[in-house]
Amino acid sequence: MTYVEFLQAHSGRMIDGTIITVYQFLLSTVVAIGIAILFGLMKLSKNLAVRSVAIIYIEIFRGTSLLVQLFWIFFVLPLFGIHLDKFTAGFLAVGLNMGAYGAELVRGAILAVPQGQWEAAIALNMSSRKRMWRVVLPQAFVIMLPPWGNLIIEILKGTALVALISVTDLMFEVRQININTFLSIEAFGTAIIIYYLIARLFVTPVMRAFENAMSRKIGRA
Amino acid sequence: MTEDMSQYPLRLDGDDFPMVRFQKVTKAYGSLVVLNQLDLDVSAGEMVTIIGPSGSGKTTVLRMLMTLETINSGVIYVEGEPLTHMERDGRLVPANSAHIRRIRSKIGMCFQHFNLFPHMTALGNCMEGPVQVLRLPRKEAEERSLELLEMVGMAEKRDQHPSRLSGGQQQRVAIARALAMRPKIMLFDEVTSALDPEVISEVTNVIRRLVDTHNLTMLMVTHQMGFAKEISDRVCFFFDGSIEEQGSPAKLFETPERERTKQFLNAVLEAN
Ligand SMILES: Nc1ncnc2c1ncn2[C@@H]1O[C@H](COP(=O)(O)OP(=O)(O)OP(=O)(O)O)[C@@H](O)[C@H]1O
Ligand SMILES: [Mg+2]
Repeated sequence: MTYVEFLQAHSGRMIDGTIITVYQFLLSTVVAIGIAILFGLMKLSKNLAVRSVAIIYIEIFRGTSLLVQLFWIFFVLPLFGIHLDKFTAGFLAVGLNMGAYGAELVRGAILAVPQGQWEAAIALNMSSRKRMWRVVLPQAFVIMLPPWGNLIIEILKGTALVALISVTDLMFEVRQININTFLSIEAFGTAIIIYYLIARLFVTPVMRAFENAMSRKIGRA
Repeated sequence: MTEDMSQYPLRLDGDDFPMVRFQKVTKAYGSLVVLNQLDLDVSAGEMVTIIGPSGSGKTTVLRMLMTLETINSGVIYVEGEPLTHMERDGRLVPANSAHIRRIRSKIGMCFQHFNLFPHMTALGNCMEGPVQVLRLPRKEAEERSLELLEMVGMAEKRDQHPSRLSGGQQQRVAIARALAMRPKIMLFDEVTSALDPEVISEVTNVIRRLVDTHNLTMLMVTHQMGFAKEISDRVCFFFDGSIEEQGSPAKLFETPERERTKQFLNAVLEAN
Protein backbone atom coordinates (compact mmCIF):
# COMPACT_ATOMS: atom_id res chain seq x y z
CA MET A 1 0.00 0.00 0.00
CA THR A 2 1.49 3.32 -1.00
CA TYR A 3 1.11 6.45 1.11
CA VAL A 4 -1.30 7.86 -1.48
CA GLU A 5 -3.45 4.75 -1.18
CA PHE A 6 -3.25 5.10 2.61
CA LEU A 7 -4.48 8.68 2.40
CA GLN A 8 -7.27 7.73 -0.02
CA ALA A 9 -8.45 5.04 2.35
CA HIS A 10 -8.36 7.03 5.56
CA SER A 11 -8.58 10.72 4.70
CA GLY A 12 -12.27 10.85 5.57
CA ARG A 13 -11.69 9.80 9.17
CA MET A 14 -8.68 12.03 9.48
CA ILE A 15 -10.56 15.07 8.18
CA ASP A 16 -13.40 14.39 10.63
CA GLY A 17 -10.83 14.11 13.41
CA THR A 18 -9.08 17.28 12.34
CA ILE A 19 -12.35 19.20 12.43
CA ILE A 20 -12.98 18.02 15.99
CA THR A 21 -9.41 18.94 16.92
CA VAL A 22 -9.89 22.45 15.53
CA TYR A 23 -13.14 22.82 17.49
CA GLN A 24 -11.46 21.58 20.66
CA PHE A 25 -8.58 23.94 20.03
CA LEU A 26 -10.74 27.02 19.43
CA LEU A 27 -13.00 26.37 22.41
CA SER A 28 -10.03 25.61 24.69
CA THR A 29 -8.46 28.88 23.59
CA VAL A 30 -11.59 30.85 24.41
CA VAL A 31 -11.78 29.22 27.85
CA ALA A 32 -8.07 29.79 28.44
CA ILE A 33 -8.30 33.49 27.54
CA GLY A 34 -11.27 34.02 29.85
CA ILE A 35 -9.61 32.15 32.72
CA ALA A 36 -6.32 33.95 32.13
CA ILE A 37 -7.86 37.42 32.31
CA LEU A 38 -10.01 36.51 35.31
CA PHE A 39 -7.29 34.91 37.42
CA GLY A 40 -4.54 37.21 36.16
CA LEU A 41 -6.51 40.23 37.42
CA MET A 42 -7.53 38.41 40.61
CA LYS A 43 -3.92 37.63 41.42
CA LEU A 44 -3.20 41.37 41.30
CA SER A 45 -6.11 42.23 43.59
CA LYS A 46 -5.51 44.13 46.81
CA ASN A 47 -8.01 41.84 48.50
CA LEU A 48 -6.19 38.94 50.13
CA ALA A 49 -9.09 36.50 49.76
CA VAL A 50 -9.48 37.22 46.05
CA ARG A 51 -5.75 36.97 45.55
CA SER A 52 -5.57 33.69 47.45
CA VAL A 53 -8.24 32.09 45.29
CA ALA A 54 -6.23 33.01 42.20
CA ILE A 55 -2.95 31.77 43.67
CA ILE A 56 -4.48 28.43 44.67
CA TYR A 57 -6.15 27.99 41.28
CA ILE A 58 -2.96 28.75 39.38
CA GLU A 59 -0.88 26.52 41.64
CA ILE A 60 -3.20 23.55 41.27
CA PHE A 61 -3.60 23.76 37.52
CA ARG A 62 0.04 24.45 36.79
CA GLY A 63 1.36 22.10 39.44
CA THR A 64 -0.44 18.96 38.33
CA SER A 65 -0.64 17.20 35.00
CA LEU A 66 -3.14 18.12 32.32
CA LEU A 67 -3.94 14.45 31.76
CA VAL A 68 -4.82 13.94 35.42
CA GLN A 69 -6.98 17.07 35.35
CA LEU A 70 -8.75 15.79 32.24
CA PHE A 71 -9.51 12.47 33.94
CA TRP A 72 -10.69 14.27 37.06
CA ILE A 73 -13.12 16.40 35.11
CA PHE A 74 -14.42 13.47 33.09
CA PHE A 75 -14.33 10.56 35.57
CA VAL A 76 -14.33 12.13 39.06
CA LEU A 77 -16.67 15.11 38.78
CA PRO A 78 -19.64 12.82 37.98
CA LEU A 79 -19.14 11.29 41.44
CA PHE A 80 -19.95 14.77 42.79
CA GLY A 81 -23.00 15.04 40.55
CA ILE A 82 -21.36 17.10 37.78
CA HIS A 83 -21.78 15.26 34.49
CA LEU A 84 -20.08 16.67 31.43
CA ASP A 85 -20.11 15.05 28.02
CA LYS A 86 -16.67 14.07 26.79
CA PHE A 87 -16.47 16.86 24.21
CA THR A 88 -17.13 19.55 26.85
CA ALA A 89 -14.89 17.89 29.42
CA GLY A 90 -12.12 17.84 26.83
CA PHE A 91 -11.91 21.50 25.88
CA LEU A 92 -12.76 22.58 29.43
CA ALA A 93 -9.82 20.65 30.89
CA VAL A 94 -7.39 22.01 28.32
CA GLY A 95 -8.76 25.55 28.68
CA LEU A 96 -8.73 25.53 32.48
CA ASN A 97 -5.17 24.19 32.50
CA MET A 98 -3.73 26.54 29.88
CA GLY A 99 -5.67 29.45 31.38
CA ALA A 100 -3.58 29.06 34.54
CA TYR A 101 -0.44 29.60 32.48
CA GLY A 102 -2.16 32.46 30.64
CA ALA A 103 -3.05 34.09 33.97
CA GLU A 104 0.65 34.46 34.70
CA LEU A 105 1.16 36.02 31.27
CA VAL A 106 -1.65 38.50 31.93
CA ARG A 107 -0.30 39.34 35.35
CA GLY A 108 3.28 39.70 34.12
CA ALA A 109 2.25 41.93 31.24
CA ILE A 110 0.21 44.21 33.50
CA LEU A 111 3.17 44.54 35.86
CA ALA A 112 5.40 45.32 32.87
CA VAL A 113 3.39 48.42 31.98
CA PRO A 114 5.50 51.31 33.30
CA GLN A 115 4.47 52.78 36.65
CA GLY A 116 4.28 56.21 35.03
CA GLN A 117 1.26 55.10 33.02
CA TRP A 118 -0.70 54.36 36.19
CA GLU A 119 0.41 57.67 37.63
CA ALA A 120 -0.62 59.64 34.56
CA ALA A 121 -4.03 57.96 34.75
CA ILE A 122 -4.36 58.94 38.41
CA ALA A 123 -3.33 62.50 37.57
CA LEU A 124 -6.25 62.55 35.10
CA ASN A 125 -8.42 61.45 38.02
CA MET A 126 -9.47 58.19 36.36
CA SER A 127 -11.28 55.59 38.44
CA SER A 128 -9.31 52.43 39.15
CA ARG A 129 -11.45 50.56 36.64
CA LYS A 130 -10.73 53.09 33.87
CA ARG A 131 -7.05 53.06 34.73
CA MET A 132 -7.00 49.34 34.16
CA TRP A 133 -9.23 49.05 31.08
CA ARG A 134 -8.38 52.26 29.24
CA VAL A 135 -4.70 52.69 30.03
CA VAL A 136 -3.01 49.56 31.34
CA LEU A 137 -4.72 46.60 29.68
CA PRO A 138 -4.34 47.88 26.11
CA GLN A 139 -0.61 48.20 26.68
CA ALA A 140 -0.38 44.92 28.57
CA PHE A 141 -2.15 43.28 25.65
CA VAL A 142 0.60 44.33 23.25
CA ILE A 143 3.27 43.13 25.68
CA MET A 144 1.72 39.68 26.13
CA LEU A 145 0.90 38.89 22.51
CA PRO A 146 4.22 37.15 21.68
CA PRO A 147 4.13 34.78 24.70
CA TRP A 148 0.46 34.10 24.00
CA GLY A 149 1.49 32.92 20.55
CA ASN A 150 3.52 30.19 22.20
CA LEU A 151 0.81 29.33 24.69
CA ILE A 152 -1.79 28.96 21.96
CA ILE A 153 0.45 26.46 20.19
CA GLU A 154 0.66 24.62 23.53
CA ILE A 155 -3.13 24.61 23.68
CA LEU A 156 -3.27 23.01 20.23
CA LYS A 157 -0.82 20.33 21.27
CA GLY A 158 -2.63 19.85 24.58
CA THR A 159 -5.89 19.03 22.84
CA ALA A 160 -4.37 15.75 21.62
CA LEU A 161 -4.94 14.39 25.14
CA VAL A 162 -8.72 14.55 24.80
CA ALA A 163 -8.47 11.40 22.66
CA LEU A 164 -7.84 9.59 25.95
CA ILE A 165 -11.42 10.26 27.07
CA SER A 166 -12.62 9.14 23.61
CA VAL A 167 -13.29 12.51 22.07
CA THR A 168 -13.07 11.63 18.38
CA ASP A 169 -10.39 14.17 17.54
CA LEU A 170 -7.50 13.72 15.10
CA MET A 171 -5.42 11.79 17.60
CA PHE A 172 -8.32 9.45 18.38
CA GLU A 173 -8.97 8.70 14.69
CA VAL A 174 -5.31 8.14 13.98
CA ARG A 175 -5.06 5.65 16.83
CA GLN A 176 -8.06 3.81 15.48
CA ILE A 177 -6.47 3.67 12.04
CA ASN A 178 -3.27 2.38 13.59
CA ILE A 179 -5.10 -0.35 15.49
CA ASN A 180 -6.95 -1.44 12.35
CA THR A 181 -4.07 -1.28 9.87
CA PHE A 182 -0.84 -1.44 11.87
CA LEU A 183 0.44 1.32 9.55
CA SER A 184 1.94 3.24 12.45
CA ILE A 185 4.40 5.35 10.46
CA GLU A 186 1.77 6.50 7.98
CA ALA A 187 -0.88 7.10 10.64
CA PHE A 188 1.13 8.96 13.26
CA GLY A 189 3.33 10.59 10.61
CA THR A 190 0.28 12.15 9.01
CA ALA A 191 -0.97 13.30 12.42
CA ILE A 192 2.29 15.07 13.11
CA ILE A 193 2.13 16.81 9.76
CA ILE A 194 -1.46 17.95 10.31
CA TYR A 195 -0.75 19.33 13.80
CA TYR A 196 2.29 21.10 12.43
CA LEU A 197 0.38 22.59 9.52
CA ILE A 198 -2.42 23.89 11.76
CA ALA A 199 0.19 25.59 13.92
CA ARG A 200 2.27 27.03 11.13
CA LEU A 201 -0.35 27.85 8.52
CA PHE A 202 -3.07 28.98 10.87
CA VAL A 203 -2.02 29.91 14.41
CA THR A 204 1.32 31.59 13.73
CA PRO A 205 0.13 33.81 10.85
CA VAL A 206 -2.96 34.89 12.78
CA MET A 207 -0.87 35.81 15.82
CA ARG A 208 1.68 37.59 13.63
CA ALA A 209 -1.02 39.62 11.94
CA PHE A 210 -2.45 40.45 15.33
CA GLU A 211 0.91 41.63 16.62
CA ASN A 212 1.48 43.79 13.56
CA ALA A 213 -1.97 45.31 13.79
CA MET A 214 -1.45 46.12 17.46
CA SER A 215 1.95 47.69 17.01
CA ARG A 216 0.56 49.79 14.18
CA LYS A 217 -2.22 50.85 16.47
CA ILE A 218 0.17 52.18 19.05
CA GLY A 219 2.23 53.81 16.35
CA ARG A 220 5.33 51.64 16.63
CA ALA A 221 5.29 50.06 13.20
CA MET B 1 -0.46 55.91 63.58
CA THR B 2 -1.44 57.51 66.86
CA GLU B 3 -1.47 61.08 65.66
CA ASP B 4 -3.74 63.51 67.49
CA MET B 5 -5.97 64.66 64.63
CA SER B 6 -7.77 67.26 66.72
CA GLN B 7 -4.88 69.67 66.16
CA TYR B 8 -5.94 69.98 62.51
CA PRO B 9 -8.99 72.01 61.49
CA LEU B 10 -11.74 70.05 59.72
CA ARG B 11 -11.57 72.64 56.98
CA LEU B 12 -10.00 76.03 56.52
CA ASP B 13 -12.50 78.83 57.06
CA GLY B 14 -12.61 82.53 56.46
CA ASP B 15 -12.10 84.06 53.06
CA ASP B 16 -8.36 84.15 53.12
CA PHE B 17 -7.27 80.52 53.11
CA PRO B 18 -4.58 79.36 50.68
CA MET B 19 -5.28 77.26 47.59
CA VAL B 20 -2.96 74.60 48.97
CA ARG B 21 -1.77 74.10 52.51
CA PHE B 22 0.61 71.44 53.76
CA GLN B 23 0.27 71.31 57.53
CA LYS B 24 2.90 69.35 59.44
CA VAL B 25 3.08 66.79 56.66
CA THR B 26 5.53 63.98 57.19
CA LYS B 27 6.52 61.34 54.66
CA ALA B 28 8.80 58.42 55.41
CA TYR B 29 9.86 55.32 53.53
CA GLY B 30 10.50 52.87 56.33
CA SER B 31 12.95 54.61 58.62
CA LEU B 32 13.98 57.16 55.97
CA VAL B 33 12.15 60.42 56.71
CA VAL B 34 11.83 62.18 53.36
CA LEU B 35 9.73 65.13 54.46
CA ASN B 36 9.70 66.25 58.06
CA GLN B 37 6.69 68.17 59.35
CA LEU B 38 6.40 70.23 56.19
CA ASP B 39 4.39 73.47 56.40
CA LEU B 40 3.79 75.16 53.07
CA ASP B 41 1.04 77.46 51.80
CA VAL B 42 0.43 78.30 48.17
CA SER B 43 -2.02 81.10 47.38
CA ALA B 44 -4.49 81.06 44.53
CA GLY B 45 -2.80 82.09 41.31
CA GLU B 46 0.66 81.88 42.81
CA MET B 47 3.62 80.28 40.99
CA VAL B 48 5.85 78.60 43.54
CA THR B 49 9.10 76.98 42.46
CA ILE B 50 10.83 74.31 44.45
CA ILE B 51 14.60 73.96 44.14
CA GLY B 52 17.11 71.96 46.10
CA PRO B 53 19.65 69.18 45.94
CA SER B 54 18.81 65.72 44.67
CA GLY B 55 16.96 63.66 47.25
CA SER B 56 15.77 66.66 49.25
CA GLY B 57 12.12 65.70 48.78
CA LYS B 58 11.02 68.05 45.98
CA THR B 59 9.31 65.43 43.84
CA THR B 60 7.72 63.89 46.92
CA VAL B 61 5.93 67.17 47.72
CA LEU B 62 4.24 67.18 44.31
CA ARG B 63 3.48 63.47 44.36
CA MET B 64 1.77 63.71 47.73
CA LEU B 65 -0.40 66.56 46.46
CA MET B 66 -1.28 64.50 43.36
CA THR B 67 -2.13 61.59 45.73
CA LEU B 68 0.55 59.43 44.14
CA GLU B 69 2.11 58.98 47.57
CA THR B 70 0.38 58.48 50.89
CA ILE B 71 1.39 60.68 53.80
CA ASN B 72 2.40 59.40 57.21
CA SER B 73 1.07 62.31 59.25
CA GLY B 74 -0.21 65.83 58.86
CA VAL B 75 -2.96 67.12 56.58
CA ILE B 76 -2.94 68.60 53.09
CA TYR B 77 -5.72 71.11 52.39
CA VAL B 78 -6.85 72.00 48.88
CA GLU B 79 -9.14 75.01 48.64
CA GLY B 80 -9.70 74.65 52.35
CA GLU B 81 -10.73 71.00 52.27
CA PRO B 82 -8.54 68.14 53.43
CA LEU B 83 -7.24 66.07 50.50
CA THR B 84 -6.81 62.60 51.94
CA HIS B 85 -8.95 63.08 55.05
CA MET B 86 -12.63 63.70 55.53
CA GLU B 87 -14.84 64.65 58.41
CA ARG B 88 -16.76 62.01 60.29
CA ASP B 89 -18.50 62.75 63.59
CA GLY B 90 -16.53 65.94 63.95
CA ARG B 91 -13.16 64.26 63.44
CA LEU B 92 -10.79 63.85 60.53
CA VAL B 93 -10.58 60.28 59.29
CA PRO B 94 -8.91 58.83 56.17
CA ALA B 95 -10.94 59.85 53.13
CA ASN B 96 -12.80 57.41 50.90
CA SER B 97 -12.04 57.31 47.20
CA ALA B 98 -15.06 59.43 46.23
CA HIS B 99 -13.77 62.25 48.41
CA ILE B 100 -10.24 61.92 47.11
CA ARG B 101 -11.43 61.95 43.51
CA ARG B 102 -13.54 65.05 44.11
CA ILE B 103 -10.60 66.99 45.55
CA ARG B 104 -8.11 65.51 43.08
CA SER B 105 -10.17 66.84 40.17
CA LYS B 106 -8.75 70.28 41.00
CA ILE B 107 -5.17 69.17 40.39
CA GLY B 108 -3.21 68.32 37.27
CA MET B 109 0.37 67.18 36.88
CA CYS B 110 3.11 66.95 34.27
CA PHE B 111 5.95 64.51 34.70
CA GLN B 112 9.64 64.46 33.90
CA HIS B 113 9.14 61.58 31.45
CA PHE B 114 5.82 62.86 30.01
CA ASN B 115 3.96 59.57 30.57
CA LEU B 116 1.76 60.03 27.54
CA PHE B 117 -0.43 57.05 26.68
CA PRO B 118 1.44 55.32 23.83
CA HIS B 119 -1.67 53.68 22.38
CA MET B 120 -3.43 56.99 21.79
CA THR B 121 -2.72 59.88 19.44
CA ALA B 122 -1.84 63.34 20.70
CA LEU B 123 -5.51 64.29 20.38
CA GLY B 124 -6.61 60.99 21.93
CA ASN B 125 -4.36 61.64 24.92
CA CYS B 126 -5.95 65.05 25.45
CA MET B 127 -9.51 63.81 25.00
CA GLU B 128 -9.18 60.79 27.26
CA GLY B 129 -9.74 62.60 30.55
CA PRO B 130 -12.54 64.90 29.37
CA VAL B 131 -14.44 62.02 27.74
CA GLN B 132 -13.80 59.23 30.25
CA VAL B 133 -13.64 61.18 33.50
CA LEU B 134 -15.55 64.43 32.95
CA ARG B 135 -17.99 62.65 30.61
CA LEU B 136 -18.03 65.51 28.13
CA PRO B 137 -19.58 64.78 24.73
CA ARG B 138 -16.84 63.74 22.29
CA LYS B 139 -17.33 66.81 20.14
CA GLU B 140 -16.91 69.18 23.03
CA ALA B 141 -13.89 67.27 24.33
CA GLU B 142 -12.34 67.39 20.89
CA GLU B 143 -12.87 71.14 20.56
CA ARG B 144 -11.36 71.73 23.97
CA SER B 145 -8.41 69.45 23.21
CA LEU B 146 -7.72 71.02 19.83
CA GLU B 147 -7.77 74.46 21.36
CA LEU B 148 -5.17 73.38 23.89
CA LEU B 149 -3.05 71.56 21.33
CA GLU B 150 -3.17 74.80 19.35
CA MET B 151 -1.99 76.73 22.38
CA VAL B 152 1.01 74.45 22.91
CA GLY B 153 1.75 74.51 19.18
CA MET B 154 0.92 70.85 18.60
CA ALA B 155 -2.32 71.05 16.61
CA GLU B 156 -0.58 69.83 13.47
CA LYS B 157 0.56 66.65 15.20
CA ARG B 158 -2.85 65.83 16.61
CA ASP B 159 -3.02 62.45 14.87
CA GLN B 160 0.50 61.30 15.76
CA HIS B 161 1.22 58.73 18.42
CA PRO B 162 3.74 59.70 21.12
CA SER B 163 6.39 57.41 19.65
CA ARG B 164 6.48 59.68 16.60
CA LEU B 165 7.00 62.85 18.64
CA SER B 166 10.17 64.39 20.04
CA GLY B 167 10.56 64.83 23.78
CA GLY B 168 9.68 68.51 23.64
CA GLN B 169 6.61 67.77 21.57
CA GLN B 170 5.53 65.00 23.91
CA GLN B 171 5.87 67.26 26.92
CA ARG B 172 3.76 69.94 25.25
CA VAL B 173 1.05 67.38 24.53
CA ALA B 174 1.28 66.27 28.16
CA ILE B 175 0.71 69.84 29.30
CA ALA B 176 -2.32 70.12 27.00
CA ARG B 177 -3.62 66.80 28.31
CA ALA B 178 -3.41 68.00 31.91
CA LEU B 179 -5.02 71.37 31.10
CA ALA B 180 -7.91 69.67 29.29
CA MET B 181 -9.19 68.63 32.72
CA ARG B 182 -9.40 72.33 33.67
CA PRO B 183 -7.46 71.99 36.92
CA LYS B 184 -7.07 74.90 39.32
CA ILE B 185 -3.66 73.70 40.39
CA MET B 186 -0.88 72.52 38.07
CA LEU B 187 2.17 70.60 39.18
CA PHE B 188 5.33 70.42 37.07
CA ASP B 189 8.04 68.00 38.11
CA GLU B 190 11.26 68.74 36.24
CA VAL B 191 9.37 68.84 32.97
CA THR B 192 12.47 69.88 31.02
CA SER B 193 15.04 67.58 32.61
CA ALA B 194 14.61 64.80 30.06
CA LEU B 195 14.82 67.16 27.09
CA ASP B 196 17.67 68.05 24.78
CA PRO B 197 18.91 71.59 25.53
CA GLU B 198 17.73 73.01 22.23
CA VAL B 199 14.06 72.08 22.79
CA ILE B 200 13.79 73.15 26.44
CA SER B 201 12.48 76.56 25.41
CA GLU B 202 9.54 74.94 23.54
CA VAL B 203 8.27 73.79 26.89
CA THR B 204 9.29 76.73 29.05
CA ASN B 205 7.58 79.08 26.59
CA VAL B 206 4.34 77.19 27.08
CA ILE B 207 4.66 77.49 30.84
CA ARG B 208 5.43 81.21 30.48
CA ARG B 209 2.26 81.63 28.45
CA LEU B 210 0.29 79.77 31.11
CA VAL B 211 1.58 82.08 33.80
CA ASP B 212 0.72 85.14 31.71
CA THR B 213 -2.71 84.15 30.53
CA HIS B 214 -4.19 81.73 33.06
CA ASN B 215 -4.99 82.18 36.69
CA LEU B 216 -3.59 78.80 37.64
CA THR B 217 -1.95 77.98 40.92
CA MET B 218 1.33 76.31 40.08
CA LEU B 219 3.96 74.32 41.88
CA MET B 220 7.06 73.62 39.86
CA VAL B 221 10.18 71.62 40.60
CA THR B 222 13.07 72.63 38.40
CA HIS B 223 16.83 72.64 38.09
CA GLN B 224 16.74 75.61 35.73
CA MET B 225 17.59 78.46 38.05
CA GLY B 226 17.25 81.14 35.37
CA PHE B 227 13.74 80.05 34.52
CA ALA B 228 12.78 79.79 38.19
CA LYS B 229 14.09 83.28 38.84
CA GLU B 230 12.23 84.76 35.91
CA ILE B 231 8.87 83.10 36.36
CA SER B 232 8.24 82.45 40.06
CA ASP B 233 6.34 84.49 42.58
CA ARG B 234 8.17 82.62 45.29
CA VAL B 235 11.03 80.14 45.44
CA CYS B 236 11.40 77.46 48.11
CA PHE B 237 14.78 75.93 48.71
CA PHE B 238 14.44 72.41 50.04
CA PHE B 239 17.15 70.72 51.99
CA ASP B 240 16.92 67.32 53.60
CA GLY B 241 13.16 67.12 53.73
CA SER B 242 12.26 70.60 54.84
CA ILE B 243 12.21 74.16 53.56
CA GLU B 244 15.56 75.64 54.40
CA GLU B 245 14.76 79.07 52.98
CA GLN B 246 12.05 80.69 50.88
CA GLY B 247 11.28 84.07 49.44
CA SER B 248 10.89 86.10 46.29
CA PRO B 249 13.20 85.04 43.47
CA ALA B 250 15.11 88.30 43.75
CA LYS B 251 15.76 87.79 47.42
CA LEU B 252 16.51 84.09 47.32
CA PHE B 253 18.83 84.22 44.33
CA GLU B 254 20.48 87.61 45.02
CA THR B 255 20.69 87.73 48.78
CA PRO B 256 20.22 84.27 50.24
CA GLU B 257 20.52 84.18 54.00
CA ARG B 258 21.23 80.59 54.84
CA GLU B 259 24.61 79.04 54.36
CA ARG B 260 23.18 75.93 52.66
CA THR B 261 21.26 78.05 50.16
CA LYS B 262 24.43 79.92 49.24
CA GLN B 263 26.37 76.69 48.87
CA PHE B 264 23.68 75.16 46.68
CA LEU B 265 23.38 78.22 44.44
CA ASN B 266 27.15 78.48 44.10
CA ALA B 267 27.40 74.82 43.20
CA VAL B 268 24.68 75.16 40.57
CA LEU B 269 26.25 78.30 39.12
CA GLU B 270 29.59 76.57 38.84
CA ALA B 271 28.03 73.60 37.09
CA ASN B 272 26.53 75.86 34.42
N1 LIG C 1 9.52 54.71 46.56
C1 LIG C 1 10.55 55.08 47.35
N2 LIG C 1 11.06 54.23 48.24
C2 LIG C 1 12.08 54.58 49.05
N3 LIG C 1 12.66 55.79 49.04
C3 LIG C 1 12.19 56.70 48.17
C4 LIG C 1 11.11 56.40 47.28
N4 LIG C 1 10.86 57.50 46.53
C5 LIG C 1 11.74 58.43 46.94
N5 LIG C 1 12.55 57.96 47.92
C6 LIG C 1 13.59 58.71 48.61
O1 LIG C 1 13.03 59.91 49.10
C7 LIG C 1 13.97 60.96 49.04
C8 LIG C 1 13.36 62.16 48.34
O2 LIG C 1 13.05 61.80 47.01
P1 LIG C 1 12.53 62.84 45.95
O3 LIG C 1 12.28 62.10 44.71
O4 LIG C 1 11.40 63.63 46.53
O5 LIG C 1 13.80 63.80 45.78
P2 LIG C 1 14.00 65.01 44.79
O6 LIG C 1 14.28 66.19 45.64
O7 LIG C 1 12.89 65.09 43.83
O8 LIG C 1 15.35 64.59 44.04
P3 LIG C 1 15.78 64.74 42.51
O9 LIG C 1 16.29 66.13 42.36
O10 LIG C 1 16.87 63.73 42.35
O11 LIG C 1 14.58 64.45 41.67
C9 LIG C 1 15.20 60.41 48.34
O12 LIG C 1 16.15 60.09 49.32
C10 LIG C 1 14.70 59.15 47.68
O13 LIG C 1 15.71 58.19 47.61
MG1 LIG D 1 12.68 64.75 41.73
